[in-house]
Amino acid sequence: MAGESYETHDYDVVVVGAGGAGLRAGIEAHDKGCKTAIICKSLLGKAHTVMAEGGIAAAMGNVWPEDNWKVHFRDTMRGGKLLNNWRMAQIHAQQAPDRVLELEEWGALFDRTDEGLILQRDFGGHRYARLAHVGDRTGLEMIRTLQQRAVALGIDVFMECNIQHLLMNDGRVTGAIGYWRESGELIVFNCKAVVLATGGSGKCWQVTSNSWEYSGDGMGMAMEVGADLIDMEKVQFHPTGMVWPPSVRGILVTEGVRGDGGTLLNSEGERFMFNYISDFFKAETADNETEADAWYQDKKNNRRTPDLLPRDEVARAINAEVKAGRGTEHGGVYLDIANRRDAEYIMRRLPSMYHQFKELADVDITKEAMEVGPTCHYIMGGVRVDADTSATTVEGLYAAGEVAGGLHGANRLGGNSLSDLLVFGRIAGGSAADYALGAAAAAAPDAAEVDRLTTLMLEPFTDRGEENPYAIHMDLQRTMHNLVGIIRTESEMLKAMEEIAVYKERAARVKVEGGRRFNPGWHLALDLRCLLGVAEAATLSALECKESRGGHTRDDYPDPDSKYGSVNVVTRKQNGTISVSLEPLPEMPEELRKIVEEQV
Amino acid sequence: MAEAAVAGNGAEAKMRVWRGDASGGEFRDYTVPLQEGMVVLDVIHAIQAMHAGDLAVRWNCKAGKCGSCSAEVNGKPRLMCMTRMNTFEPGETITVAPIKTFPLIRDLVTDVSYNYEKAKTIPPFKPKPKEADGTRRMYQEDIDRVQEFHKCIECYLCQDVCHVIRDHDDNKPSFAGPRFFVRVASLEMHPLDTDDRLEFLRNEAGLGFCNITKCCTEVCPEHIKITDNSIIPMKERVVTRFYDPIARLLGALGGKKS
Repeated sequence: MAGESYETHDYDVVVVGAGGAGLRAGIEAHDKGCKTAIICKSLLGKAHTVMAEGGIAAAMGNVWPEDNWKVHFRDTMRGGKLLNNWRMAQIHAQQAPDRVLELEEWGALFDRTDEGLILQRDFGGHRYARLAHVGDRTGLEMIRTLQQRAVALGIDVFMECNIQHLLMNDGRVTGAIGYWRESGELIVFNCKAVVLATGGSGKCWQVTSNSWEYSGDGMGMAMEVGADLIDMEKVQFHPTGMVWPPSVRGILVTEGVRGDGGTLLNSEGERFMFNYISDFFKAETADNETEADAWYQDKKNNRRTPDLLPRDEVARAINAEVKAGRGTEHGGVYLDIANRRDAEYIMRRLPSMYHQFKELADVDITKEAMEVGPTCHYIMGGVRVDADTSATTVEGLYAAGEVAGGLHGANRLGGNSLSDLLVFGRIAGGSAADYALGAAAAAAPDAAEVDRLTTLMLEPFTDRGEENPYAIHMDLQRTMHNLVGIIRTESEMLKAMEEIAVYKERAARVKVEGGRRFNPGWHLALDLRCLLGVAEAATLSALECKESRGGHTRDDYPDPDSKYGSVNVVTRKQNGTISVSLEPLPEMPEELRKIVEEQV
Repeated sequence: MAEAAVAGNGAEAKMRVWRGDASGGEFRDYTVPLQEGMVVLDVIHAIQAMHAGDLAVRWNCKAGKCGSCSAEVNGKPRLMCMTRMNTFEPGETITVAPIKTFPLIRDLVTDVSYNYEKAKTIPPFKPKPKEADGTRRMYQEDIDRVQEFHKCIECYLCQDVCHVIRDHDDNKPSFAGPRFFVRVASLEMHPLDTDDRLEFLRNEAGLGFCNITKCCTEVCPEHIKITDNSIIPMKERVVTRFYDPIARLLGALGGKKS
């Protein structure tokens, strides 16, 4: 199939992905004077950011003047079990307020305090009410604001264009190749820098809050060109996904329900979270219901309710309750706000949740408890980046948002993702632009390499076998759910590796029916490459990491081990094989260590 | 509500789905097992996995938040992810067709670029200076109505049912459609915005074409009162500005935004 035709576009900076990070990166690169393209797999404004519900974490101090970046930094580090890249956590906490205010300059309308400022809500692991929000549809406000800003600036957007591979020249990334979903025609971008803002890989797992787009593209493509990935075993299972009916299993129920007063109950009606307060959080968590309930109004004299412990803690607790036979009929636990807040308050604060349960599950959350359970939500690990520039370990390649690793350590706090997108989207776009403005023009892509990649992309149309791409994907999701899920053990993960190897062989024999024009079967056949690559990297990392911490829990190594307390688990692909190594975390300066260790 | 079928039990969904592209096509029948709680989008996915791997459909969030999976289900414009199978009669064959107002690409996917082109024409947000203390102060009661407009998920169902373009393709160049009237209203009623888009509404956006039949409001999955809260108030402003002699005189003396 050599000589397959393709169109070519030249840019300074190409941003892959148009969620919060991609749009913010594109805006920054454009503002620095670069000819910039934003490329997205879906229509503009449909990226996963649109589904974010609870809010953007930023220590603006509008509700609690005591809040400041140091407290946010401390919460983020402790929530991440200190495995975070300290410098990213510092930059993030320091810059998040400006990024939120910037959205307001671009037209966003956040809910207000009585004084007319941006209102902030409570969320898990945050000491103060810190999340700027719009009811429970904050992501929609954010993506729409950024989208409209990008349109107003006239930035070129390539919609429904799926980037498949990065192009290299002389050891630096100089472009990307993919296809138009509508026509199936191939497209090549030549550029000086690429920003990956492709989100995560939650579609490797069966029960997930993630959409089809979360196929690990950025992590997979980065790995292919030799970039380091870190901490791929750290996967966040959000404690509250819907569990019933089966067709909606995994759809997210915002942490805002608990932030606004909702509480978790087992089938015996017990607020079981009081039984799961780990030593790490004992000093700052309420140990009785009276104090927990009083905390919502008076944070100075009361400790935080255990319902709002970090997500990894709550997900494990729910898992344990269900396992102990105290789960609901459909294998979850109850999340009750109906008996805690009045209907008017619930409707105002959580309109999407009301709508979602009413329409999809026939449950009125102002009258009944919800049934919830853990759902794969977020990958803390990702492409290794430099904290100050978002540069990956490959020249000309930058990464921001969920695709990048480091900021969240072993566990991400709710609300820290939207702020991550804004803070590091801007930094990545700016650094890519700085690099592009100083870099020599990229040489034209190597024709033989382009031929090789176009052949690879069109291979599923050749007569290679009878495998169904949908079946392979479902099998992979089942494997990851059953064998590399919330609780892991060596023998199961070794089995997962064997199964992944089989899926790789099957993927090489995929049969695609139909032609190249908007063909989801073909698209999925191609997505399998990154899905399988990322699943393999996550499983290998999880095997290597013989301890339990944050979003990685081992049945055979149930406790944290100091050996893993100050290292990243690094995966990198060389000569077609993925190697795993432990590499030390950057050392935190003394003044920041004091902030983190300070008792409150 | 008809309890069509409960999980397992051998119940089946009978579907008639449009297959084809701009050059032609046909409705084809598919049968897949029905599970409790399924929505139309789940059934479409089951058809993809079992019978037609190349069945073209757009979707993302599967929770009514992204507005990707618009289609005409039994002739009614709907989000497939929010249309429960148990709202239909047991054994009923359910027809799924692409939204009609936009050119067909393939199967259930249409070319909605019209909307993205219209979005580019809208004069953007233009905020007034900050308060003396460097903040932006707005009060909840002053932004409630604009927040209603910001709920729009851009599913384009309102555009799909609007007679101005559904039945008259040639109106498209001179008509922005309900989605973008909502967008302009959100800017015009934004407490910080200083721009004036009435001339734009009257001319490029073709607000006058709308004869307030409220079809858009009826299909909005976010229940935005498109006609009452955005279109009618803006029509009133346009009338006051351009057709009321006293207001025109006052306007000439320096009044601008109401």
